[in-house]
Amino acid sequence: MAKQRFVSGLAAGLVGMALVAAPLQAAETIKVGTFLAVTGPASFLGDPELKTLQMYVDEINAEGGLMGRQIELVHYDSGANPKKAVDFVKRLIQRDKVDVIVGGSASGETMAVTPQVEKAGIPFISLAGSIKIVQPVKKWVFKTPHTDRMAAAKIYEDMNKRGIKKVALISGSGGFDKSGRAQSLDLAPEYGITIVADETYGSKDTDMTAQLTKIRATDAEAILNFGFGTGPAIVTKNIRQLGITVPVYQSHGVASKKYIELAGDAANGVRLPASALLVADKLPDSDPQKAVLMVYKTKYEAKHGSVSTFGGHAYDGLFIALEAIVRAGSTDKAKVRAEIEKTRGFIGTGGVFNMSAEDHLGLDLGAFKMLEIKNGDWTLVN
Amino acid sequence: MKRLHGFFAFVALVAMLPVLFPDNYFVTVVGVTIGFNIVLAVALNLFIGYAGQISLGHAAFFGMGAYASAILTTRYGWSPWLAMGVGLLAVYIIATLISRPILKLKGHYLAMATLGFGIIVNIIMVQTVDWTGGPDGMSGIPGLEIFGWAVDSDLRWYGVIAVVMLLTVLVSLNIIDSRAGRALRAVHGSEIAAQTMGVDTVRTKSQVFVFSACLASLVGSLFAHQQNFVSPVSFDFFVSIEIVTMVVLGGMASTFGAVFGAIVLTLLPQVLVVFDDYEILILGAILVSIMIFLPQGLFVGMTQGGANLLRRLRNRETPARAGADG
Repeated sequence: MAKQRFVSGLAAGLVGMALVAAPLQAAETIKVGTFLAVTGPASFLGDPELKTLQMYVDEINAEGGLMGRQIELVHYDSGANPKKAVDFVKRLIQRDKVDVIVGGSASGETMAVTPQVEKAGIPFISLAGSIKIVQPVKKWVFKTPHTDRMAAAKIYEDMNKRGIKKVALISGSGGFDKSGRAQSLDLAPEYGITIVADETYGSKDTDMTAQLTKIRATDAEAILNFGFGTGPAIVTKNIRQLGITVPVYQSHGVASKKYIELAGDAANGVRLPASALLVADKLPDSDPQKAVLMVYKTKYEAKHGSVSTFGGHAYDGLFIALEAIVRAGSTDKAKVRAEIEKTRGFIGTGGVFNMSAEDHLGLDLGAFKMLEIKNGDWTLVN
Repeated sequence: MKRLHGFFAFVALVAMLPVLFPDNYFVTVVGVTIGFNIVLAVALNLFIGYAGQISLGHAAFFGMGAYASAILTTRYGWSPWLAMGVGLLAVYIIATLISRPILKLKGHYLAMATLGFGIIVNIIMVQTVDWTGGPDGMSGIPGLEIFGWAVDSDLRWYGVIAVVMLLTVLVSLNIIDSRAGRALRAVHGSEIAAQTMGVDTVRTKSQVFVFSACLASLVGSLFAHQQNFVSPVSFDFFVSIEIVTMVVLGGMASTFGAVFGAIVLTLLPQVLVVFDDYEILILGAILVSIMIFLPQGLFVGMTQGGANLLRRLRNRETPARAGADG
């Protein structure tokens, strides 16, 4: 008995040593790290993102994992606080030793962790909007959501088609609003558009008629509102209350059903650029994205209720990372990074991604659809 | 030297941790954050705990130091040390200017005034996009170099912050036992009594306010270089409240109370993340129970409790009295 126990003990010890000695053994999990703003002011971003990541990691694991290895999702709630995000990213890198990071709901926290990610040399796919994240290009940092600059460009493109030359700009005081405003001002001359008014409001304001009365006094042919949260809904309502009839444009920041609910009838006729996810069922069958979008939408809605474009960014980030790991055939960080950069023709919820050494986003303007709200629902503008 | 025994024990602990655990996340990463918070809490404790005043806007000074360093080094290419000095000078001037009118207020009014100041400074950080980068913050802040020695790893930062933190604690301990410290405590006890004893109460309060603000500015500059990034969220109203909470939680009018409060309040959320969704619930429950069972604060309550227990064991004949006067 004693001898047998000794032998089995020895065997167990050897197996244990083998596991320690060969860290890249097939049985080891692939560790995907993430930090998201699940609580706090940006929770409407982090919540669907985390649900999406968890849903797909569970699904892949149930089907036997990736390359025979299970995926482990390590998550920390940053509350959109850059300081917390930095500590958690260090924790992911040093303590949890993750292979790749997919996360960062807000632009601020993404920018805050960038120096750490670059120093540690770990592939990082951000889920935040600002163009500053990938411009100038940082070696290890990628992102999946469209930029605010693309939104402004898409809106101006549509204005050009409609012959609108003079635009009144109104924006909030949040990070998204401010960045969007700057890009809109910067891009306007390229599209031959003059900004005739540039009004701002506080993120908690409940009435914007003062700013809009000023806009009414100008010769603006359209109003462009960059913002998210309740602000844009109030602006939309106030515009109609003041009897202003010029076309109204919103940004992709309002691309959720909540906006239509809040703004009510006033939202009808409003145009905005958004990812095709919102109109997945209205896309023609020939659209390459349709299949991917419908699968994601059905799966997500079966489990968590109404789909949002933000969760879609997490889907794109996760699968770009996982496909890169499969192509690299390992979780070697340098190889995975190189493969992420080589992502071509990846059909995601945000569009078709074609990354390169100069472009760590890989989406073009075609990834945005121009939508118009009609009868309380999204419709495609052709 | 006996009064500094506690300090030397603390120095030994701070010095030993990185030797024992050189690659431990909780030492080198959380430890640095704890160091920042200890300086802020100890500095604020001088003003809140000893002088008996209140400031709900201290994060503003922390932020001013950080932004001074961030703006001067990235936009104008200044040396970090020069930027830190200029930031310190600016905070000294601003704190001195506002201290006179603001410190005429007492109680709730002082709380409101400092709160307002903190919020105004934060709004400026958010709105002046061309200078501060607005809500998205500023990146690309260079690291620190001390006579050619680059502070470029977590362990090195631990060393730098540890030295700054220990110096702050030492200065705080010394101030308390000096004439200025006794004047502070006199102001806390009764301003009128202090005045009749010849203490210039307005000047005393103003001095400690400015000193505490300058320390916050200094650590703010270090914070900017350590993070290589600053954004207004790191210096908003909630940060001010967090520093006050550290002081109150550890125990007012005790330097090591502030140290202890900063350690507990920084470490707990990091340890509790394993509870996922219940993290905030458990953190809240712990804080509430500390305040219910140890209203004098964690450190003060525990040391007093320990002393009382010892006394009770020594003279068993009067256990009830010994327990009651703690």
